Amino acid sequence: MARIVGIDLGTTNSLVAYMDKGTPRVIAGRNERNMVPSVVAMTDNGLIVGDPAKEHLTRNPARTVYSVKRFMGKSLEDVQGELTYFPYTLTEQGGVIRFKLGEKTYSPPQISAMILKELKLRAETHLGESITKAVITVPAYFNDSQRQATKDAGMIAGLEVLRIINEPTAASLAYGLQEKTQGTIAVYDLGGGTFDISILKLKDGIFEVLATNGDTHLGGDDIDRLIADLLIEEVRERYGLDLHAYPDHMQAVRLEAERAKVQLSDVLKTTATLDLPDGKGKFSRELTRDQIESLTMGLIERTLAPCRKALKDAELTPEHIDEVVLVGGSTRMPLVRQRVRELFGKTPHCELNPDEVVALGAAVQADILSGGTTDMLLLDVTPLSLGIETMGGVMSSVIRRNTTIPAGAKEMFTTYVDGQTGVDIHILQGERELAKDNRSLARFRLKVPPLPAGVPRIEVTFLIDANGILNVLAKDMRTGQSQSIEVKPSYGLSDSEVEQMIEDSFKFAADDVSARKLIEARLDAGALITTTEKSLLEGGHLIAPEDIAVTRTALSALSVAKDGTDPRTIRARIADLEQATKSLTVALLNDSLTKGLQGKKVSEVT
Amino acid sequence: MDHQHNHSTGSPRELPMARSMCWHCQSEVSGEYFCERCVKVQPVSKELDYFTCMGFPRRLTIDPRQLETKFYELSRAFHPDFFQNKSAEEQSISLGNSAMLNTAYRTLRDPIQRAEYLLDLEAGAVKNIRTSPPADLFEEILELQDTLDEYRAADRASDASATLCSKLQTERTMLERRQQDMETALQQLFAQWDALQDRGEATDQARAERDRILKHMRDILSNRTYVKNIVNDLVATIS
Ligand SMILES: Nc1ncnc2c1ncn2[C@@H]1O[C@H](COP(=O)(O)OP(=O)(O)OP(=O)(O)O)[C@@H](O)[C@H]1O
Ligand SMILES: [Mg+2]
Repeated sequence: MARIVGIDLGTTNSLVAYMDKGTPRVIAGRNERNMVPSVVAMTDNGLIVGDPAKEHLTRNPARTVYSVKRFMGKSLEDVQGELTYFPYTLTEQGGVIRFKLGEKTYSPPQISAMILKELKLRAETHLGESITKAVITVPAYFNDSQRQATKDAGMIAGLEVLRIINEPTAASLAYGLQEKTQGTIAVYDLGGGTFDISILKLKDGIFEVLATNGDTHLGGDDIDRLIADLLIEEVRERYGLDLHAYPDHMQAVRLEAERAKVQLSDVLKTTATLDLPDGKGKFSRELTRDQIESLTMGLIERTLAPCRKALKDAELTPEHIDEVVLVGGSTRMPLVRQRVRELFGKTPHCELNPDEVVALGAAVQADILSGGTTDMLLLDVTPLSLGIETMGGVMSSVIRRNTTIPAGAKEMFTTYVDGQTGVDIHILQGERELAKDNRSLARFRLKVPPLPAGVPRIEVTFLIDANGILNVLAKDMRTGQSQSIEVKPSYGLSDSEVEQMIEDSFKFAADDVSARKLIEARLDAGALITTTEKSLLEGGHLIAPEDIAVTRTALSALSVAKDGTDPRTIRARIADLEQATKSLTVALLNDSLTKGLQGKKVSEVT
Repeated sequence: MDHQHNHSTGSPRELPMARSMCWHCQSEVSGEYFCERCVKVQPVSKELDYFTCMGFPRRLTIDPRQLETKFYELSRAFHPDFFQNKSAEEQSISLGNSAMLNTAYRTLRDPIQRAEYLLDLEAGAVKNIRTSPPADLFEEILELQDTLDEYRAADRASDASATLCSKLQTERTMLERRQQDMETALQQLFAQWDALQDRGEATDQARAERDRILKHMRDILSNRTYVKNIVNDLVATIS
């Protein structure tokens, strides 16, 4: 069976890992970094992803997307409150947000797909084979629409998503494999955009999730905002300047706030510095750990209520928890560790790198699916109750939250008017009484044969699969016939839209390839220019003056080409320069050989 | 929209008389969950009750550890993770079986749900007759509702409120004692049921005893729900 990779598609950072002879490993990129920042920049020269794209955050904020995960499976209305924080133009179409970048619009799954493609390429380069299958992680508290959007992203990126698994449970797999733990553990995962808590029982290779809870809109991003808001307010007070009017400076403030926050996890004091617009110079301000702790206390406190709820649902108290495992970059904050320790009454573990443990766990799950690992099995739960709208706009629960998945339930439907030919069904997810307070997942219409009221009997099976994604089947109990249902997702792309996006992505692929070619050609040109200049310095005296002149001409021609945008021209000038420096290269080689021989002689003599 | 609730615990089921044929190779299935000839997973019959599905007799006392061990064992046999390389049919059977196993485990793990499920299986149509709480309990609950409403409306600082509050506290203690009594009575009935089943008699007397236990159990289980709800309401109001 073809290899399956494990992917952590994070709000801030994404990683890809694979199982290497029983040990999960993260795959590093050409820059030797394991994490790909989840940033996508749409430049005039094409698409850039990851570290190079990060530079565009301040350079071209309107066309550089970060934290796209916060928009997955959401409508514009859902994110209304935080729109001011994002520099790009958002629109909505069919209940799905769209980013307007230049002339085109992109859905969140399309942007995520660009990150996934980068990871796919990374894995392909490292493993030397084509990668088409993946396990992708999502926050445990993601609802059906958000999971479906993640699956769509995989498909658009040319990946068959064999399994969507929850981030904290993935972490527990990596942790359990490494530490051989048994007992009850709590995984506390605070990342860039989301918070999850999962309580699991580990026994004889079975990882049974007892309960999960969380907040899909709470993470390091929110902490950065509080610090940024403080800086923005002070700039306003001191200079009468509203930085909101300067998207590039807003990004710079955000990045500086994050930098200061990260530093304050290690030291007690740091200085935040900002370049002000309109030549107003620099703003700087000292920040202490105490200050950001009192600023962010409320946010961190917000993670504790879900922890208590999860404990309650698992029918446990903190004393029952044998170990607490920390996952996610934001758990490096001392205050987070302290509050977690206080809640559970024990010092949390952080032996495994909190940035990587989720990706490592995804690789373990991938290995289980491919039949490599057979002694471990994850039994996860659905985080939210699933229900249908009944008369009076009330939600009637069909599958309760924290039910082990796969989970199924059947409901019988009938008509109440003679000759009625359809029954409308509205599927919801959430814990509230009223339908309108819960998340609308989908609507569909059951086809019913025209019969007297109450005679038709249509059995609908709701089945949540191992990905936590809902499948619906209907069967006419009188005829025994199954009927296919066209479910219209409330906040998702339709199948045909996803297909169109897959097609488009092949077109982008062509653009991507040329952008990549340009970047690589420029890198090679830069390297050649540097070595040639060094060679000229060292060996210029060894060759004829006209050879030097030819080399210099070729050198400046390459410099010009390098600043252009055509990779083929750059390649041609590279070839020219290599040709022109032949005599220099040969001369240097001879020279070093002679010196080498002399050196040898000397050493032999002594 | 109208629909009738019919959770999977709905109608009485009958045990299948004999093992069916393998869906794949058509030979008679003799293995437990897998065909012994072609090694394909077999769908757990929809007719199978949860006790049989998990290999336990219809008893109300179940060792949770044994149940868990069985659940893990069957999960390892059925979970979709282990069918990724198999045919679409096998994947679909694995999904159906896992979902059923998870429901079975959830139902049997909790003593109350277990008893309610057993009532569904054993009492058949009797179950569908709506029970209302006995008159005395009903009256008590109504009175308590009134007191709760009064308390909610009363000025918290007033003497009246304090009196009401202490009255509610007394009620709470009484109701909680009542809950405790019901739990004890249930435990006794569970033990009686199991003992009766173990004896396996088919006399008229045994049948009468069986009906008595089931009816009594059903009454307590439904009263228990009323009391639980009112206690929750009470605790939420006065705390
Ligand atoms: N030393 C540190 N102190 C405080 N915060 C940190 C530190 N290191 C990283 N972070 C924060 O952690 C977050 C990123 O963590 P991580 O990479 O785990 O998130 P993610 O996986 O991308 O997000 P999510 O899991 O929410 O989708 C960022 O907000 C970053 O600022
Ligand atoms: Mg994460």
